[in-house]
Amino acid sequence: MSDVEETEIARQVAFRGGGFAPKPYRWIGLAVFVMLISLAELGTQNGFISPLTLPKPSDVFLKFRELYETGLLRKHLEPSLTRLAVGGALGATIGIAVGVLIGLFSYIRAGLVPLVAAIFPIPKIALLPLFVIWFGIDEASKYALIAFGTFTPTVVATYGAVDNVDRNLIRMAQSFGLSWKSIVRKIILPGAMPGILSGLRISLAIAIILLVAAEMLGAEYGIGAYILEAGSLYDLDRLFAGVVMLSLLGVLLSAVIGGIERYVLRWRT
Amino acid sequence: MDIRLSGISHSYDGFEVLRDITLDIPSGKIVCIVGPTGCGKSTLLRLIGGLERPAKGSVLQLGLPAEDCLNPLTYVFQDFALLPWRSVAGNISLVLEDHGMKKSAITEIVNNVLARTKLTEFARALPKQLSGGMKQRVAIARALAVKPAVMLMDEPLSALDSQTRELLMSDLVKLWTQQPFTAVYVTHNLDEAVRMGHSIVVLSRCPGKIREIIHLEKPLAERSYGDGELQFRQKYLWNLMRDEALAADAELVNV
Repeated sequence: MSDVEETEIARQVAFRGGGFAPKPYRWIGLAVFVMLISLAELGTQNGFISPLTLPKPSDVFLKFRELYETGLLRKHLEPSLTRLAVGGALGATIGIAVGVLIGLFSYIRAGLVPLVAAIFPIPKIALLPLFVIWFGIDEASKYALIAFGTFTPTVVATYGAVDNVDRNLIRMAQSFGLSWKSIVRKIILPGAMPGILSGLRISLAIAIILLVAAEMLGAEYGIGAYILEAGSLYDLDRLFAGVVMLSLLGVLLSAVIGGIERYVLRWRT
Repeated sequence: MDIRLSGISHSYDGFEVLRDITLDIPSGKIVCIVGPTGCGKSTLLRLIGGLERPAKGSVLQLGLPAEDCLNPLTYVFQDFALLPWRSVAGNISLVLEDHGMKKSAITEIVNNVLARTKLTEFARALPKQLSGGMKQRVAIARALAVKPAVMLMDEPLSALDSQTRELLMSDLVKLWTQQPFTAVYVTHNLDEAVRMGHSIVVLSRCPGKIREIIHLEKPLAERSYGDGELQFRQKYLWNLMRDEALAADAELVNV
């Protein structure tokens, strides 16, 4: 044995595992934001970036404060948030209901899946004139547009999630003689929840996009109207202030869904 | 309550999996069903419990189940089939909630079966926190909760490592000794079969037919790991099955 040790070269086995496992680094995301913004600030301060290319972040911040102090922020945010809440809630609720029905009943699936596939790719903004005729120029048409836009991705995510519920659990429930209603309520709905929630993330992002689009096409107040006005005057400070509002809204909604997920899906590993 | 299978044949898309199975499952006994892969063991179990309809023949319940029995034919599955979003106690109460019982009555039954399966301190744990053996104990507790007339066990210990399997086998034997239950126990593990079965039904390869039925007289409680007589029986079973197992292994999967 000692013979071998003397003649053979002993080498450490090289490590080649690891990786492919995302770890949560909380502060890096924030650091990227801070870095980009301070780069933009520095660049615009010393003239490296011309004010026509990018507004000074500090100016955008000042605009934001001004908006808040004059009470305009509230005036624009309030209608936008109402539209988002009403339209999004309407679309998501109907979407989940229809998605569950498609998942449960073959006839409904056969009838509605092609229809949903036909509606999905239509840019919903193109239908705004139609909604204006149907629901009037006021809030109702905006609610309808946002609801319609959230509806389709929610349906698709929901019936996919229902299809993915473990069939073994359903067989188990049947073998214990659970009623159809109990199986839907206690097994299919909780089992589909992860898929439904991740679908909602996408649907609500789409809802924000449609909110802005609807407000650009016809609204006095709202984030979209504000951005449109700033854009047509080439007032980049205000334009960016509006865009920042949208980003914050997106981050906020995503955080809310994340919170719901952590609570509702705490059974998941 | 006894179960009688008379002349059962079954096929999937013209592919015959079971042929002319006639078998009595007497009350208070454990009947093991063994056979090579794909001989229709699990299908037979699904037919007995009414999860599938046989193409030919019938499954009969002889006599009535006991009055307090909530679900006469109750399964224990290989993959446990526990709801991951419910706690141990919640998984057991799930199968009691549809019977219009009072909450206190449900809690009482849940506590009783948890105690019998030594799970009381895990009542609030989620399935993801439990080991495989514990999960199967929960599934067994859930099956006991509905006071079944016949337990239909589909490879209940096959997903577990051999030490855990040994522990669970002795638990099952203890449960049976305390209160004899009727069971159909499907397994591919011959050691389990000779330890758990009052009789062992050997199925032949596809289509599954009954090849031989072996009766073991030795009481369950006296059978232990490495028992000479049992090993002798197990060897006999293996000799019966070896050629077919070999052929089954070499076969192309018909899917």
